[in-house]
Amino acid sequence: MSINPKTNPIDRTALSVAFTVGLYGAAFGAAGVTAGFSILQTCMLSLLLFSGASQFAVVGIMGAGGAAISAIATATLLGFRNALYGLQMAPILKVSGIKRVLAAQITIDESTAVATLQENDADRRRGFYITGVGVYIFWNLFTFLGALGASAIGDPSVWGLDAAVPAAFCGLIWPRLKNKTHFIVSTVAIAWALALTPISPAGIPIITTVILAVIFGLKK
Amino acid sequence: MSAIWIAVIGASLTAFLNKYIGHSVPEQWLNKPRVIKINAFVPIVLLSALVAVQTFATEKELLIDQRAAGVAVALIALKFKASFPVVVLSAALTSAAVYNWF
Repeated sequence: MSINPKTNPIDRTALSVAFTVGLYGAAFGAAGVTAGFSILQTCMLSLLLFSGASQFAVVGIMGAGGAAISAIATATLLGFRNALYGLQMAPILKVSGIKRVLAAQITIDESTAVATLQENDADRRRGFYITGVGVYIFWNLFTFLGALGASAIGDPSVWGLDAAVPAAFCGLIWPRLKNKTHFIVSTVAIAWALALTPISPAGIPIITTVILAVIFGLKK
Repeated sequence: MSAIWIAVIGASLTAFLNKYIGHSVPEQWLNKPRVIKINAFVPIVLLSALVAVQTFATEKELLIDQRAAGVAVALIALKFKASFPVVVLSAALTSAAVYNWF
């Protein structure tokens, strides 16, 4: 496959999404090191886990002193949407064996979004693969640079990194708040987490908000 | 193995399983209206809770400090449709300014 962003609009969309999203990787790299992860551990998350919100959750919970199990559980629940994307993509990609393993690894928000914007299956496949591989390359490159940069800095508060991480989360949630119910659910989750913080082990105030998702999800 | 390594490897494994299962199971197993609806709320509650804890908690104590100022500015930037790097940078600059000067 030859990629030509100048003449092919799918390639253009895919690469611009890949580059922009990849830049966020620098914020993740910095977040990992700020949370006490080594550069290697931070980069391993981008290489192996490769799903932004789940990665931020792992470093956020471990950085706050949470148990590994609550970091894993939170990341897993956040990553469930990728299973739903896989359902959408499988009949279009029609791959098996090692190709399915590779396609699964790059099944994320961005690759699925670019694919579903296209008109036919050939274009959907093209959009999926170029976006997925492109995000993978840029995300990992910038994770490394961000981690390297943050480890050169001493106290993260001096550079405002302690606020940059929750601000990055705000940027991830904002596009998902599409109506009043979403805002209410978000506010209730914030109140719940803050109420539990003084009285429960780290990580518990976050993972238990899933109960709220179930309650609101089952409500008419 | 340290707790961080367990979290890194464990979360990576379950993340891959999530992705691979989607590609491998019959569609009707997961494609249920209730599952979809609950799943739409999952990232909202988890990420909102994470923001709250990272902004206001220091271990088990709640306090308002430079982080809250940074996040407030980030929210204003989002309200004005600023791009992601602007949101993050404006939060960092605000927090650093409050931390270093007050």
